[in-house]
Amino acid sequence: MKETNEIKSEKKYSDEEKKKEMILFLSSSEEKEGLLSKANRKLLSDPLNDNNPITVQVLGICSALAITVQLKPAIVMSLAVMFVMALSNVIISILRNSIPSRIRIIVQLVVVAAMVILVDQILKAYAYDVSKQLSIFIGLIITNCIIMGRLEAFALGNGVYKSFLDGIGNAAGYGLILIVVAFFRELFGSGKLFGVPVIPEAFYEGGYVDNGFFLLSPMALIVVGIVIWVQRSRNRSLIEEN
Amino acid sequence: MDLINLFTKSIFIENMVFAYFLGMCSYLAVSKTVKTAVGLGAAVIFVLFITVPVNYLIDNYLLQPGALSWLGAEFAEVDLSFLSFIMFIAVIASMVQLVEMTVEKFAPALYSSLGIFLPLIAVNCAILGGSLFMQQKDFIGIHEAGVYGLGSGIGFFLAILAIAAIREKIAYSNVPAPLKGLGITFIITGLMAIGFMSFMGIDL
Repeated sequence: MKETNEIKSEKKYSDEEKKKEMILFLSSSEEKEGLLSKANRKLLSDPLNDNNPITVQVLGICSALAITVQLKPAIVMSLAVMFVMALSNVIISILRNSIPSRIRIIVQLVVVAAMVILVDQILKAYAYDVSKQLSIFIGLIITNCIIMGRLEAFALGNGVYKSFLDGIGNAAGYGLILIVVAFFRELFGSGKLFGVPVIPEAFYEGGYVDNGFFLLSPMALIVVGIVIWVQRSRNRSLIEEN
Repeated sequence: MDLINLFTKSIFIENMVFAYFLGMCSYLAVSKTVKTAVGLGAAVIFVLFITVPVNYLIDNYLLQPGALSWLGAEFAEVDLSFLSFIMFIAVIASMVQLVEMTVEKFAPALYSSLGIFLPLIAVNCAILGGSLFMQQKDFIGIHEAGVYGLGSGIGFFLAILAIAAIREKIAYSNVPAPLKGLGITFIITGLMAIGFMSFMGIDL
């Protein structure tokens, strides 16, 4: 009788130990931090301005610019990137101690590609026209440098929850620039927002003409250049030496 | 004649960088000096020329609806096209690894000059973009896929060479401080892209 009791208590102990380990594993570096402590909030807000993936880290421009002619595909794209990035950050962060560093790029690519296939199939099923509009650019999320960059720079060395926040934050920073660029391009290029005309008829009668130039791809680059200009003149610490 | 047309089209009219913004990350990151730009450009030509035809074969004989019919009648209806992203990226990553090892073994001089750029290429959007465009274009044979890959690679090479040369010069000009570096590069790329639009509609 005594023996079984002992075993029981031992078992209980080991269970508790396991629980503790689990908590440690989940929170790893964030010792007893609140869910939205200052450091965690910083992870979310930093990429919006000071450490924006597009205008400061120069990542993920590849697939970003071609889909900013209208607001709707830009928003869908941002959401797709957010989904892929948060989930792949979490998965890589869980696996981070068991991936041999030699093949980590291939592992990362496979994880990201699996997430992207998921997004692609969901879009094809529920938002077919947007998926047609985005064409190959959904597939190109795989090689979007933001995702690989954050996996390499953050998820490989940080806990699960932090990686999740980092993914959401960076995707939001990416989406912010996308939406700003798409807003101006759609407004000036076709006089619409979300496909609804917003410029009053009276303007057109007075001789206002939509600037078709904004619909062409080179304007995306120039608009991003101007966004960078505005951001850096407000935030002088970002100015480059050369 | 069709091949020449496809070749010039893929270099100038459908330029990876200026028409589709593909490979922008490495285009901006590695274009500070002409020397590194040439290294990266050469590596991209090389890898695109190999991966596009290989992915063409995989797409046509494994992934497309009905592509597996060579295995027997019961496979004729299998459609694996949803796997194309994962297959293409796996081919590209392993091809880059293979190319790296081959070059290291047989051309050490080339390897030391391309060196760090080869692994970078696995995540260059222009490479995956080449394969995905190939899938959309319905080429009739592997020779067309090869020419398309080569042309796109040369297009990327020209673009990165041009911007690197301009950036070397612009270091001496008086650019407004907030525009220095990244900002002015974006605007110059935009202007160059407008220039490249003048090739539109040219048919050989």
